[in-house]
Amino acid sequence: MNHPAIIETREAFGEKTILAHPAEIVAFCRYLKQEEKFARLSAVTAVDWHPAEPRFEVVYHLHNIEKNERLRVKCRLSGENPEIDSVYEVWRAADWYEREVYDMFGIKFRNHPNLVRILMPVDWEGYPLRKDYPVHGYKYSYPEEQ
Amino acid sequence: MRKISDEDHVATIPAPAAEPESPAAPRRMTLNMGPQHPSTHGVLRIMLELEGETIRKAVPDIGFLHTGIEKEFEQKFWQQAVTLTDRVDYLANLSNNLVYALAVEKLLQIEIPPRAQWMRVMLTEFSRLNSHLVWLGTHALDIGAMSVFFYCFREREDILRIFEMFSGQRMMTSYIRIGGLALEPPRGWEKAVGKFIRAFPSKVDEYENLLDANPIWMRRTKGVGFIPLEDMLDLGVTGPMIRAAGLKWDLRKSEPYSSYDKFDFEIPTRAENDVYARYRVRLSEMRESAKIITQALEGMPEGAWQADAPHVVLPDREKMKTEMEALIYHFKIVTEGFRVPAGEVYQCIESPRGEIGYYIVSDGTSKPYRVHMRTPSFGNLQALGVMLKDTLIADSIASLGSMDFVLGDTDR
Repeated sequence: MNHPAIIETREAFGEKTILAHPAEIVAFCRYLKQEEKFARLSAVTAVDWHPAEPRFEVVYHLHNIEKNERLRVKCRLSGENPEIDSVYEVWRAADWYEREVYDMFGIKFRNHPNLVRILMPVDWEGYPLRKDYPVHGYKYSYPEEQ
Repeated sequence: MRKISDEDHVATIPAPAAEPESPAAPRRMTLNMGPQHPSTHGVLRIMLELEGETIRKAVPDIGFLHTGIEKEFEQKFWQQAVTLTDRVDYLANLSNNLVYALAVEKLLQIEIPPRAQWMRVMLTEFSRLNSHLVWLGTHALDIGAMSVFFYCFREREDILRIFEMFSGQRMMTSYIRIGGLALEPPRGWEKAVGKFIRAFPSKVDEYENLLDANPIWMRRTKGVGFIPLEDMLDLGVTGPMIRAAGLKWDLRKSEPYSSYDKFDFEIPTRAENDVYARYRVRLSEMRESAKIITQALEGMPEGAWQADAPHVVLPDREKMKTEMEALIYHFKIVTEGFRVPAGEVYQCIESPRGEIGYYIVSDGTSKPYRVHMRTPSFGNLQALGVMLKDTLIADSIASLGSMDFVLGDTDR
């Protein structure tokens, strides 16, 4: 596999991981789907390496049913204003997974058709799966009871 | 007092809505289904846009059962977190136990003895039966065939008794642990499993007798809930839904884990891609699961049921009283957990609903750094909007039920 978006390829525990340039993620994903036949996007998720920088890693799990091959693509994003292009136009499965990542980590996906919170209430403040978010949440106030 | 006349009745009935002026712009109504609708099997809300009886748009709204389990994982020791996996998909607990254990074992690179592997296969197949039985009973109940529910829950009760016999718990088993099993398989398990599995195929015949050629069932399910295979693959649908569309893809065969490659079973598929096909696939899967359990029962290897990894597996109680080393290991594991080498793995298995995959990142400490659960219900539910589009509202319950999602699994 040879594509300008690839920074590094690693293999550990029998699993292949590609580190890709975040700016070219859509073009790279389209290449993977059309040329390498990764028809399925199994999941999109993220890892927070707070306080390291670049802070976030967006992780795509791909699957090629014909060859029965799996691939992990990772993009590193900075902690300040993390943004990446949505791969919704490549696989529609990305819709909810990217919404979940946005909901939990606050990573924005450009050109996503409907980037709103999915699991937390729409008016929730903060991003629960970030490492600097306390486990028990911020102290919740009940204005109507005061 | 004035007598109520016929004219008064006429006046109280609201005037019919004005007919749409052109057929191009028919009147739309938004209907909120759920989150407390009984046939959503949990708390799922679907916003339906209707044109008469036809659904033009369906938008599922999830998150009502979100409990932050992924965050909770990061606070627990590796071995403690097993109990969280039960609570994700509460109808297939052992599948979740298994995938978590397999992922951590991959990171630890420990070898699991054959007896534990076969035991795991047998128990996850029981949890598949359990899940499919609950699905069949409630799905038939939704469509109006009430008696099937009682038949299914009769067998499910027996399965839960077997789970209780093994683990002491009926539902939240946590029986599959990192490095093997939680407890030694109980005395007399062969008898209990054998008794159940010999009778089970005839029970599946009973369900088939009730439903297979039942004219109401066929009318309600045939040709309903169609969704093209390409759409399903693109939207991340997995499991029996895909197999009912003719794709022979099952992770137990394509990426065998826990010695599934040593078992002889078929992957049932159907081509029709409707609710009836999904029912047929799941029923055939129950028969295949019964075959696997029978093979596991007959060929169960002897030997250890836990890996030879004292730094991971809790020592035997007897040894703790006689061996200093065992006592030290016990103390270390319980008080500070065990360390897992840094790295990342993705492990997936075939749960009753489809591909369940755990992506686990370790930073070398005694707690997981990040656990992401790729749950089949989340992926499958995403296709709901496509499936319900331009279908009748009366069919929506059958289509919904055929997906077999668990909201705990969706929302985590």
